[in-house]
Amino acid sequence: MENRIDALFDRLREEGKKAFVAYVAAGDPDISRCKEVVKALAEAGADLIELGVPFSDPLADGIVNQMAAQRALDAGTTTPKVIEMIRELRADGLEAPIILFTYLNPVYTYGFEAFHRDASAAGADGILTLDLPPDEAAAHRELAYHEGLRQIRLIAPTSPEKRIASISAASEGFIYYVSREGVTGEQDEVATSISDQVAQIRAHTDTPVVVGFGIKDPEQARTVATQADGVVVGSAIVKIVAAEGASPDLAEKVRDFVKPLVDAVKSV
Amino acid sequence: MSTIPSPSTVPDATGHFGPYGGMFVPETLMAALNELTEEYAKAQKDPSFQEELDDLLRNYVGRPTPLYFAERWTEKLGGAKIYLKREDLLHTGAHKINNAMGQILLAKRMGKNRIIAETGAGQHGVATATVAARFGFKCVIYMGAVDMERQALNVARMRFLGADVVPVTAGQATLKEAINEAMRDWVTHVRETHYILGSALGSHPYPMMVRDFHRVIGVEAREQIQEKEGKLPDLLVACVGGGSNAIGLFHPFLEDEGVRMVGVEAGGECIETGKHAARFQGGKLGVLQGTKTYLLADADGQIQLTHSVSAGLDYAAIGPEHAFYKDQGRTEYTYATDDEALAAFQELSKVEGIIPALETSHALAHVAKVAPTMGNDRVIIVNCSGRGDKDVEQAARHIFGEAPDSSA
Repeated sequence: MENRIDALFDRLREEGKKAFVAYVAAGDPDISRCKEVVKALAEAGADLIELGVPFSDPLADGIVNQMAAQRALDAGTTTPKVIEMIRELRADGLEAPIILFTYLNPVYTYGFEAFHRDASAAGADGILTLDLPPDEAAAHRELAYHEGLRQIRLIAPTSPEKRIASISAASEGFIYYVSREGVTGEQDEVATSISDQVAQIRAHTDTPVVVGFGIKDPEQARTVATQADGVVVGSAIVKIVAAEGASPDLAEKVRDFVKPLVDAVKSV
Repeated sequence: MSTIPSPSTVPDATGHFGPYGGMFVPETLMAALNELTEEYAKAQKDPSFQEELDDLLRNYVGRPTPLYFAERWTEKLGGAKIYLKREDLLHTGAHKINNAMGQILLAKRMGKNRIIAETGAGQHGVATATVAARFGFKCVIYMGAVDMERQALNVARMRFLGADVVPVTAGQATLKEAINEAMRDWVTHVRETHYILGSALGSHPYPMMVRDFHRVIGVEAREQIQEKEGKLPDLLVACVGGGSNAIGLFHPFLEDEGVRMVGVEAGGECIETGKHAARFQGGKLGVLQGTKTYLLADADGQIQLTHSVSAGLDYAAIGPEHAFYKDQGRTEYTYATDDEALAAFQELSKVEGIIPALETSHALAHVAKVAPTMGNDRVIIVNCSGRGDKDVEQAARHIFGEAPDSSA
């Protein structure tokens, strides 16, 4: 079967459309309600689901995602349960590509190769390991295996031209361009240098470029969508989950919040 | 020593100590770490950098520190001769300033205008705030809220020095969380900020650079002991949190085959209950805060809570170079419990008139155990890495069951 991420971007390219990527922390507020949230994201039109694997020390995340990871861990979420959740979502008919957004230690502890194999078999399509730069993956044979999962790489505003070239050349699935220096979380204004940076990346690769970190409303999403192949919204959705986690209307609230974001991205 | 790789060959160019170390950080930091690595390499080759650092170490920091023969303690324990490497006499009260001074000179070279640091016991925070004041840098120190309470004196010192001390309340609110928060700050302000990491931890080049700035401890001690005893010591002992004072003492002796080296971790309440910070007792290989090393984590890879009476040793991971030399069989590790450390704290105070830091007291507790088992022709050097002024209130609470009465 063709990887769902590749198929998605092929299709969007043909249609001339941009991707909307939605992030939530896996197991927040617990596994069963998180599944409802993911289904609501797909129903609202999210093209790709990014699931954060909860970790005790998420040093690249802002406070909203830190608290989400903590809620997930407090609810008993473990790495094997995240993989099982993906299996159940696929069994329930979820078709959107899923990528795992994770820190290395839970993956390393599970067994690097076993994690990739099991997550892929369960129905995940890609992985972004925040603290595993390509340099380390190349230095350790045990950290190079990623069969079945597209290895999504980050490029940052601080990445020099040489790194942009090497990361782009080795990229798979899509490139995640971090729109600004900082941790995950909302910001008032979207960085203005996105077009230049995306152009710089595109000079090195045909791999789609998706922009994330800090996008919170339809207006920002639309602006970014005009400049890239896709837009990630994370913390803003996680905040809805935080506020409505105990509400019977959780799925509906998530859907209502995400729908205008999807519409904004699709209007481009 | 022929069985270990030459210490000058580790780490490799990308920061690996054999299977340990490396640069496990988000992409946003890679450029800054590469810049730091390059600038540090240039500084090492620049005689004017070393001259400026040497001058500051001598005239501002207070180097060289004495190697003091603890005569009464030696007599009392009735075995090996015990020497204390008196890092506690340095300006700001601990070895930490050796590294802070080296790094601020690098920050100056790189044209940064803002300094951040994490601190556990507060000694590294005080050292950083001090050098930031000395060179006119803006300074922000991240410190766990629990540590701010148990090391209140150092919090006041940092504030007097003009630093902004930011409490970190996440997780168990100690050193690990302070590092997370400092890294988040660094990711956000990376262009104008230098992060003065305070232990031989984190991503390359920190473990190597911090070690190099502390090597002066061992270099001096090696010369001093030969002057005093006409031979090398039989045993080196140092406490190990991240491991900066230990690697600073050990490193210049690594090729001296007859010198044993023991690092002492925090045994906390006791190993069996899990309330400790002894990574080599039940820890496992993993990746935390930029480096691959031994750490305390659960079956799912979540970092576990640690416990120690000493804030400076209360951390879930050990510096990667220690893991490397332990594998080689070149260095050994043991632990001392809270109670043993507190006993050593009192003992050195009463017998030698030196109040040691609670971190240092762990190393002293091990000396108290092994010195009596060694012949009186044997020589031990223990790194007296810091003074205990900061711990007076905390120790009094444990030892007398209450804080000292200031009105008395």
